[in-house]
Amino acid sequence: MWHDTALVAGKDLRIEVRSRVATNQVAPFALLVLVLFAFALDPDRGVLTKAAPGLFWVTVLFATLLSVQRSFAIEAGDATRDGLRLSGLDPAAIFLGKAGAVALQLAALEVVLAVGVVVLYDSPVHGAVLLLATCVLATVGLAAAGTVYGVLAAGLRVRDTLLPLLLMPVVAPVLLAATRASEAALAGSPGDGWPWVRLLAVFAAVYVAFGVVAFGPLLEEA
Amino acid sequence: MGAGSVVPVFMGPAVRFRAAVSLLGRFPALAGVDLEVARGETVLVQGPNGAGKTTLLRACAGLLPIVDGEAEVLGHDLRRDRRSVRRRVGLLGHASALYDDLTVADNLRFVARACGAGDDAAEVAMSRLGLAGRLAGVQVARLSAGQRRRASVAALLARGAELWLLDEPHAGLDAEARELFDALVGEAVAGGATVLMASHELERARLLASRTVMMAGGQVHAPAARPRKARKERVGVA
Repeated sequence: MWHDTALVAGKDLRIEVRSRVATNQVAPFALLVLVLFAFALDPDRGVLTKAAPGLFWVTVLFATLLSVQRSFAIEAGDATRDGLRLSGLDPAAIFLGKAGAVALQLAALEVVLAVGVVVLYDSPVHGAVLLLATCVLATVGLAAAGTVYGVLAAGLRVRDTLLPLLLMPVVAPVLLAATRASEAALAGSPGDGWPWVRLLAVFAAVYVAFGVVAFGPLLEEA
Repeated sequence: MGAGSVVPVFMGPAVRFRAAVSLLGRFPALAGVDLEVARGETVLVQGPNGAGKTTLLRACAGLLPIVDGEAEVLGHDLRRDRRSVRRRVGLLGHASALYDDLTVADNLRFVARACGAGDDAAEVAMSRLGLAGRLAGVQVARLSAGQRRRASVAALLARGAELWLLDEPHAGLDAEARELFDALVGEAVAGGATVLMASHELERARLLASRTVMMAGGQVHAPAARPRKARKERVGVA
């Protein structure tokens, strides 16, 4: 199964490298959102700094929507979804591969956004371990949930508008927990953040397990 | 195992449908199909638009559920498990089923690795279809329609499928590519593969086929007349 997972993830990442959608569209969009938040809250720099963790994760959430939509758009054209089903690849491996590719793109984007937050929002950086754990688990949870709901919406004509409606309420706990954990890290009180990290771990584990089991039937219905 | 050669692992019919029903929404696109295709046969499915030819091919590939009747492909009961047959069949449909943003080589390597054939099968397939060299590194989106079709045929060849399901296989191919394609089908059959194809280019398709069946209204009717001459004579396949 891991061979198939690597094959699917490699294929999706190679498509992104060749099409440059992630670097030329998703990343600039996410940075633009950060800049617009900065414009909107500029009169009070204190508010901007305090709100930085929430703004960061809202921006990551928007980028997640774009990345997941992109991940299934490449399977929507010219019978490629049929080709993927005919490949005989394990559906669980397809799920893990696609979610893994989305997670890697989000992780790279988060590094860029973190630099943007420090520069634009004048945000201090503390609690590196807590921040790293938060980013890893939140990213896995967002990618897994996004991939589950992405394949659910993939076969529908209204998939582009339906996906945000389906996904955003579901990942609200990730937004909340990641924001609280990041706030605790930046405030220099990591002890307050670890309970939220545990919530992120549970969310990620639930959606990875659910995706492994449910992706096959969902792909058949798509 | 090279591209196009197969090692059959069971001796029953390649396709056996008995009163098989498949729905597209609520519409019975297959409305009780009876069809048996022996291993190594090349069968042409003939019929008007909307007869259910494409649906039949997709059902044989395990892409559509059979909701009633019996359906076995390469020994797999499609009503119980239609996924396990997929790695053993190759479907050449109307669309290319290739990723536009990947190169020809990327696409073929992905297809070959996914079905366990390995990179060598992809290289052989590209070479046979005239896609090796410069074209191998070109993104599929930048290919002409004919080149895309060649790449699709190469992907089919790279899979080393036991059952070839061909939907209008000659569409989009120039004269040279059509000759090459017919030769590849002949080689595959000589190597033990079974071919089920739907085509409106009857003159050409009948030369490939060892048997023709008629389809209409989602059902297979009485066999059509036998083809006028065997394909093997025309392409010189041993």
